[in-house]
Amino acid sequence: MSVHLPITAAAILLALAAPPALAREQINIVGSSTVFPFSTTVAERFGKSTDFKTPIVESTGSGGGLKLFCAGVGEKTADIANASRRIKASEVRLCADNGVTEIVEAMIGFDGIVFANSVEAAQINVSLRDLYLALAKDVPTAAGTSQPNPYTTWKQVNPSLPDIKIEVLGPPPTSGTRDAFAELAMEGGCKTFDWVKALKKTDKPAYKSLCHTIREDGAYIQAGENDNLIVQKLRANPAAFGIFGYSFLEQNSDVVQGAIVNGVAPEFEQIADGNYPIARSLYFYVKKAHVGLIPGMAEFLAEFTAEDTWGEDGYLADKGLIPLSDDLRNEWAKKINGLWLLDM
Amino acid sequence: MIDFSKSAGFNLIRRHRAEKRFQWAGRSAIFISLTFLVVMVGSILMDAAGTLRQTQIAVTVDLGPDAVDPDNIAGARFGKILKSALRAQFPDAKKRKEKKKLYNLVSPEGSFEIKRQLIANPDLLGGPQTLWLTASDDLDLFYRGKSDASLPESQRRISDLEVAWIDTLAQSGSLRRVLNWNFLTNGDSREPEIAGILSALVGSLFSLAVCFALSFPIGIGAAIYLEEFAKPSRMSDLIEVNINNLAAVPSIIFGLLGLSIFLGYMGMPRSSPLVGGMVLALMTLPTIIISARAALRSVPPSFKQAALALGASPVQAVFHHVLPAAMPGMLTGAIIGMAQALGETAPLLMIGMVAFVVDVPDSILAPATALPVQIFLWADSPERAFTEKTAAAIIVLLIFLIAMNLIAILLRRKLEQRF
Repeated sequence: MSVHLPITAAAILLALAAPPALAREQINIVGSSTVFPFSTTVAERFGKSTDFKTPIVESTGSGGGLKLFCAGVGEKTADIANASRRIKASEVRLCADNGVTEIVEAMIGFDGIVFANSVEAAQINVSLRDLYLALAKDVPTAAGTSQPNPYTTWKQVNPSLPDIKIEVLGPPPTSGTRDAFAELAMEGGCKTFDWVKALKKTDKPAYKSLCHTIREDGAYIQAGENDNLIVQKLRANPAAFGIFGYSFLEQNSDVVQGAIVNGVAPEFEQIADGNYPIARSLYFYVKKAHVGLIPGMAEFLAEFTAEDTWGEDGYLADKGLIPLSDDLRNEWAKKINGLWLLDM
Repeated sequence: MIDFSKSAGFNLIRRHRAEKRFQWAGRSAIFISLTFLVVMVGSILMDAAGTLRQTQIAVTVDLGPDAVDPDNIAGARFGKILKSALRAQFPDAKKRKEKKKLYNLVSPEGSFEIKRQLIANPDLLGGPQTLWLTASDDLDLFYRGKSDASLPESQRRISDLEVAWIDTLAQSGSLRRVLNWNFLTNGDSREPEIAGILSALVGSLFSLAVCFALSFPIGIGAAIYLEEFAKPSRMSDLIEVNINNLAAVPSIIFGLLGLSIFLGYMGMPRSSPLVGGMVLALMTLPTIIISARAALRSVPPSFKQAALALGASPVQAVFHHVLPAAMPGMLTGAIIGMAQALGETAPLLMIGMVAFVVDVPDSILAPATALPVQIFLWADSPERAFTEKTAAAIIVLLIFLIAMNLIAILLRRKLEQRF
């Protein structure tokens, strides 16, 4: 009797597989894990408030998402790619090679990257230069050379900072947050040395490696992609600092506090006004050929660009998205809904 | 002359002590591992306890003919009805920000809940009605004492104004806590208070069904042939080495294979449990083949020899006599393989199952996600209330696993033959 088990199981499988493969009914979105919470919120509301099926949103990372997006045109490929950075020229070429020539770009808002510690310790006031000097692998000297990072405490970096060991928990190199932190915070501090700024024109690779490389001697601890984990570790260790997205600071303001960077606190209004120095733009990219092919594409874009969604009082702001300014929103809404093509 | 009595007692005390020591070492090993297990499961259970019940809030909404057209209930603007009801209850919210906070007392799902309650029970129409709606995650956490009201206002998710409103609501009996069935009957959501596990659970079930239906017959077929029929040759040695190697290949490799072959070449639907199950089947096949071969080998050769001696053909001997005796061992191996497959997320990433799926999948071709993926996604969400959901999802996964192992034990008991 037991021998019949596999046969029964195969019969059940056939019965389950009976409905033939149908045309795709829902939008397929791929890409950045930073944009994921916002994209999914819109997808869920869109599914509930319209007759269209809820879009499927995959969290693959910006690079992986754009690769899937650029794989070709047709039902088997993704319709929208989320990205926590702008699309690269190489990715546009990859898209074009695979027949994806018409891409619509959409900027949806900002994301602040905070440098935070436990509320049990004192809030600190740092400059980008302090952050760079504390975290870079090699630091520039006044003489125009570089040396391995000699700093072990914050006080050595800047006498006004507390006398505690440099211990920073941050994302691994695969993360878009890490890229953005290197570009905005590290490079921003690195540029304050005049000779390094001059180096950018003469030897760009050397400039990039000096400014973007984070130290590997244990002062910077890779804590994985999970920002909740970093928050938990900061709570346990008040001497440590962490690097993560603004929405996690907002949700955990009873446990962690953001450092004041270049004199600006990481607050909603300050990031929205562009005063806070470590903030990046968030994007998604739409395959124009799929508008009309996949049901609900135009309506989804309209839902995303509605004032109730991405506006100052929209529901995405509740989820931690820093909205664009009024002018930018009007401009982008026009571009997105008018399906203007990407212009690099 | 040898004194046997002395020699028999040679070092007897020391040997007994060694025995005692070993037994105590064994006991303490078990004790330590049990302690870890209890601490782990206990902390998860404590976190998950918050999911058991959810807070509801009573809102008196106007369902008169001006607000809701009795002939077209679905067409009414329930968001507006809910907001004006909240404003009527707390007229002190004047500024835009205050109003926003007021609306945030009720889950964004609230307006859809009014709609569903009305469609289920049209008798409610015609005037003001007090309906119980799901409260927001912030209110729920505060009402259960999970947010600390003694902190300065700037460090709290919930402002003094909201605290005052919640106190008023609590005193007037407009807040209650009910069993949270939503967690078991809803799909995923970005709002922690209504997020549920069902879509991931069904996705896992479908994937495992596909995985079992493919890997069990194929694995057992391969094992029977290799063990009972294949002649020893260089080729069969090569196959054996390869199967053993495959069992140790990292699972993400199978995901890449699925992406290029099942999705790319065969054009199967992305994110579907069918493809997920096929990838997991590839992953579990080596485990099943290896354990099935071991089970076949453990059947005494006399079974087969007796059958052959009585004139049975080799196929008859294997299928009528060896296979039934080996079945319990094979099933155990299969269930262990399936349990491994249940916990996998890496291969699913490549084939699109690490995704936000709200709708419960209705076939193996519909987009779906899986239980471990759901845990991963919730653990990564910024909202504080998802911590509890994560723990509850882990409990669901553990129960699923225990159920699978229980079935394995029961089947083994039922099929086991003593010889």
